[in-house]
Amino acid sequence: MPFKVIAFISLFSAYGLFSLYVYTTGTDTLKSPVEATAEVIEGKELFQKKNCIACHQVFGLGGYIGPELTNTISEPGKGKGYAKALLSAGLNKMPNYHFTEQEMNCLISYLEFIDRSSKACK
Amino acid sequence: MMSSDKKHPGLLFITVGLLLLLLGTTFGLIGGLQYVGDNFLSDLLPFYKTRPLHVFLITAFIIVTASGGVYYYLNTLHPNISSVRKNAGIQLFLFTLTTLIIVVCFLDGTFGGREYLEYPPVLALPILICWIIFAINYLKTIRGVKFKTAPIYYWMWGTGILFFIITYLESYLWMFPYFRDNIVRDVTVQWKSLGSMVGAWNMLIYGSGFYIMEKISGNEKTARAPLTFFFYFLGLTNLMFNWGHHTYIVPHSPAIKYTAYIISMTELLILGNIILGWRRSLTNAQKNFSNIPYRFLSASDLWIFLNLILAITISIPAVNKYSHGTHITVAHAMGATIGINTMILFASVYYIFSTHYTEITERYKKQIHYGFWILNISLFLFWTSLLIAGFIKGREAIEGSNSNFREIMEHIKHWLHLFAGAGIGISIGLFLLALPVIRTFFAARKETMN
Repeated sequence: MPFKVIAFISLFSAYGLFSLYVYTTGTDTLKSPVEATAEVIEGKELFQKKNCIACHQVFGLGGYIGPELTNTISEPGKGKGYAKALLSAGLNKMPNYHFTEQEMNCLISYLEFIDRSSKACK
Repeated sequence: MMSSDKKHPGLLFITVGLLLLLLGTTFGLIGGLQYVGDNFLSDLLPFYKTRPLHVFLITAFIIVTASGGVYYYLNTLHPNISSVRKNAGIQLFLFTLTTLIIVVCFLDGTFGGREYLEYPPVLALPILICWIIFAINYLKTIRGVKFKTAPIYYWMWGTGILFFIITYLESYLWMFPYFRDNIVRDVTVQWKSLGSMVGAWNMLIYGSGFYIMEKISGNEKTARAPLTFFFYFLGLTNLMFNWGHHTYIVPHSPAIKYTAYIISMTELLILGNIILGWRRSLTNAQKNFSNIPYRFLSASDLWIFLNLILAITISIPAVNKYSHGTHITVAHAMGATIGINTMILFASVYYIFSTHYTEITERYKKQIHYGFWILNISLFLFWTSLLIAGFIKGREAIEGSNSNFREIMEHIKHWLHLFAGAGIGISIGLFLLALPVIRTFFAARKETMN
């Protein structure tokens, strides 16, 4: 078998093994599982449905017109009330989506989930 | 004057690709003006719609134009496979139809909401089918090619197609709760798939770059040299493992970070080294003959070096802490997609069109000349303003002198105004360069019909 083909197969195998590592042990880093409750899952779905990622980042992924949201819910001077005020009325470039109370609670639960997960690693 | 093969599918791919570029650039221009102005068109077309429209259409431009190049070059190497032409037509029709549906979804506010893949997930299926058709066509065309002695571009095109399919499938693993419900896993796998996906389309583009180099220089040795293959495998290693430098802030295993750091970003250095070596071997006469493609390849050289310096710098964890999540990352992405990908694609487009419609470069000489310089000068201003804005934002956010997002944005607003102004220049340059190709294609079509 030509050396080039052997080199390709070897690299491809290493890529497969590394991918498996990333899918399992490499990302199994939470000290204690942070539960994705029904409310969190609904919040995440809403986050995607409204395309929040176009303006905000989570763990560095997303747009730059709004602030990074990974730990924003636990930042001093912010928190649930601050987030709820923004979600209910919008601000400058942040549109008012006319969220219901339930929707706002779900989004806040999702933000808390991200925040807790980022801090709960081994 | 035209060459004989007027209905070559590669030409249609390229024309569609350039139309997508113009549409994507228009939405990018609107998005840029919304970035610096409070209410520009915000009622009609808010930023959360213009950004995905821009990102998707520009990505579609890169993919369709690069695929068109591969089809054209493969057909030149292995002509007269009618089933491949038919399948290519189906592929382009399906992709264009899906693109139109995605544009309508975005305008309607219907999103899937995943970064870069913001369309509803069900629309990933026709896109995947397009890539499978592309893979089948590639395999059908190269049947009988001996890979032991085949030039590098066969390897690069095959690798690009294979890894695009793998990474595209990987980017939808979030549909399974095992991936979706663990935020660390979800974000890591998303970064992994997207990072490698960019490497996959780079393989398609760089493969065409090698093909053009070979044809212009008349030197067939470079594309078969052991050193070229050594760099190809190094590039492939980067495609597979270097995505991790995007994820230093994600709390996954340190082994992922160390792997990315060790592998580092050497892919751009690899290509720069080879292009420079090739350029030295050209005679002046050959340079003049293929002046336009040569000029774009030379510009890509410059952007490779600038982006290489930036890429290595932001791969250092101590620097990455400041640069990540700032406009420096955007500068890196824009430098790569416009400075490198688009320049090589325009080299490929003008190489193909000047071969096919020999009068194009003479008829539009001035327009191409101005377009080239306006694009490159504007891109430099665009890139520099993003770097400076990112540096200020990173310093204020990390050093704790200011954590108020709005105040930070206020401090960098002048640089963002420069960024938006340079964006207008980039748009003008791209229009000047794309329109001659589109007009030539449709004029030839009209002539054929008459």
